[in-house]
Amino acid sequence: MTAAIDVRDLHKRYGERRVVDGLTLSVAEGEICGFLGANGSGKTTTIRMLCGLVKPDGGGGTCLGLDIIRDAPKIRLQIGYMTQRFSFYEDLTVSENLDFVAAVYEIPNRREAVKAIVARMGLADRTDQLAGQLSGGWKQRLALAACVLHKPKLLLLDEPTAGVDAKARREFWDLIHDMAADGLTVLVSTHYMDEAERCGRIVYLSDGKLVVQGTPEEVARNSNLVTFRAAGADLDLVARRLRGLPGVESVAVFGSALHIAGMDRAALERATESLGGILVWHEVPPQLEDVFIHLLSRPDKAAP
Amino acid sequence: MNGFSFRRFLAVLRKEWIQVRRDPFTLRMIIALPVMQLFLFGYAINADPKHLPTGLLSVDHSKYERTLVAALKNTGYYDIRPLTSEAEAERGLADGELLFVVNIPPNFDRSVDRGEQPSVLMDADATDPSAIGNATAALAGLVSALDRDVPQAILSSPARPPFQFQVHARYNPEQLTVLNIVPGLICIVLTMSTLFVTTLAITRETERGTMENLLAMPVRPIEVMLAKVVPYIAIGYAQVVLIIAIAVAVFGLPVRGSVPLLTLVLGIFIASNLALGITFSTIARNQMQAIQMAQFTLLPSFLLSGFMFPFKGMPVWAQWAGEVIPMTHALRIVRGMLLKGNGFAEIAPDLWPICVFTLVVAAVAAWSYRVTLD
Repeated sequence: MTAAIDVRDLHKRYGERRVVDGLTLSVAEGEICGFLGANGSGKTTTIRMLCGLVKPDGGGGTCLGLDIIRDAPKIRLQIGYMTQRFSFYEDLTVSENLDFVAAVYEIPNRREAVKAIVARMGLADRTDQLAGQLSGGWKQRLALAACVLHKPKLLLLDEPTAGVDAKARREFWDLIHDMAADGLTVLVSTHYMDEAERCGRIVYLSDGKLVVQGTPEEVARNSNLVTFRAAGADLDLVARRLRGLPGVESVAVFGSALHIAGMDRAALERATESLGGILVWHEVPPQLEDVFIHLLSRPDKAAP
Repeated sequence: MNGFSFRRFLAVLRKEWIQVRRDPFTLRMIIALPVMQLFLFGYAINADPKHLPTGLLSVDHSKYERTLVAALKNTGYYDIRPLTSEAEAERGLADGELLFVVNIPPNFDRSVDRGEQPSVLMDADATDPSAIGNATAALAGLVSALDRDVPQAILSSPARPPFQFQVHARYNPEQLTVLNIVPGLICIVLTMSTLFVTTLAITRETERGTMENLLAMPVRPIEVMLAKVVPYIAIGYAQVVLIIAIAVAVFGLPVRGSVPLLTLVLGIFIASNLALGITFSTIARNQMQAIQMAQFTLLPSFLLSGFMFPFKGMPVWAQWAGEVIPMTHALRIVRGMLLKGNGFAEIAPDLWPICVFTLVVAAVAAWSYRVTLD
């Protein structure tokens, strides 16, 4: 399999801040790659460098086999980039926005192409509505439609589902999987764990550096994180007692269950015993969420 | 991707046109602004400019003439230089080098001494009545200028002064201020509707976040810019037609020059504003900054171009500053073409400064336009 994205040692600094700091990234063709990391970890800047909107200070590589610095204009013809903020024209209708995009890409049979994408994205009932009057979910759908109108080979999605309800998110991801089945490569940044789990591979960034990558299962398994789970009542009070005990890195209540996680098994067991047996603890495989909270809280000790 | 694509340009143009149509407030402003200003400025503004450039035509260079010229200079209104021919006088008045021409009749001294009451003809450029008003009024006091020199017999009758001034108000014989205001207004309204909106049209994309998207698409900067300005060029011309039509119907404005040439000149003036607007929009980070920069330009255009105050009445440093502003030259050209019937030869000295300004600013705009988000 060839790589749709293959960049090495990317650097970008704004003033004194190294936003992207030696990032090497490879995404295979047809893959859905999840791009994770805290706010400000360099996800958006990396995506902008991939489509030539920001010039890297150092490093380089290829995107769809084209040089990201020299061939940026050619790359733009073959990628779809969906910005974090809705960036189509709110004073144009859905069909006017799509028609504009189709014309800018000089798509032959513009009308047919717009009609087809409207049908595929389920926008048919809203073609005459002003984009500014759409709800968040429909705006995202319009943006996605506009990004794939010219049949790109690579889709760069920057937090596409931020602020969108669960049902709309699910539908959005169904569309993404549907397109990936046709061979489209997708790089998508997100903060949602359920979305991360739907990715073929995830890449975790921290302070502009790649920290962890692999399938969601690999990332969870290789984290060496020990997780205990207990069910019971008054879990919020128990959680308060556990927080801050040596070895306990994260404590989280999920409804009627309590998760604690840490790297040091012995310390974790001592912490649970200190409660005096009021709860029954089982060891469970670490959840992706536990892993990311662990990574978020300890970026300095993260393993490559 | 590498060349200019007319289809992509059309795509952006179509989008811009829809956005213009969908903004009823701006549409109303486009109609209301010129009409309101026409009536507001139509009756205002005055000043007392001095040291107006005046040409002297005479054949004799006689004694009385010298006295008279000295008296004219002493009023403070006239800066007099001799001319060699009628043609030079005509040209000077047409291209604005001269505001007055004093014609001393032949055998002036002898006529005065004989009590024939010769007339001294004053040709005045009345396109801007406020510029010459006070200077003309001062002439009344000058009929006694020769009193010390002429024979007593001539002075015996106070009802019959030794000579007369005859003022010939050229181009705007009724000295209607409004005829002078209209050309200025055309330039001001064009500046507003082209400079302001182009400045805003691009910063608006930046502010709403749509610029990032536009940059990520294959459309080229030149296509975006041209498509953004074309609707406003059309709007600018529509406003000019509206102003001239009202001024012709209500105030009797003459249109003496060539209309195609006027259209071309206004096009160049619009281009200078667009270039400036685009430069501002590449520098401004948000719409507020863009408006401030546009206003910063508009104020000197109002004050130093000769629109608000007669240009020749300003101190020399202000005149130099005014020469840099495209509006100054556009104003002279439009006044000259509408009121004096000037052709290409007369307007050329004011045309090239606008062209130079446009080219320089357009170069700055092209240089500072960002193709990336850095």
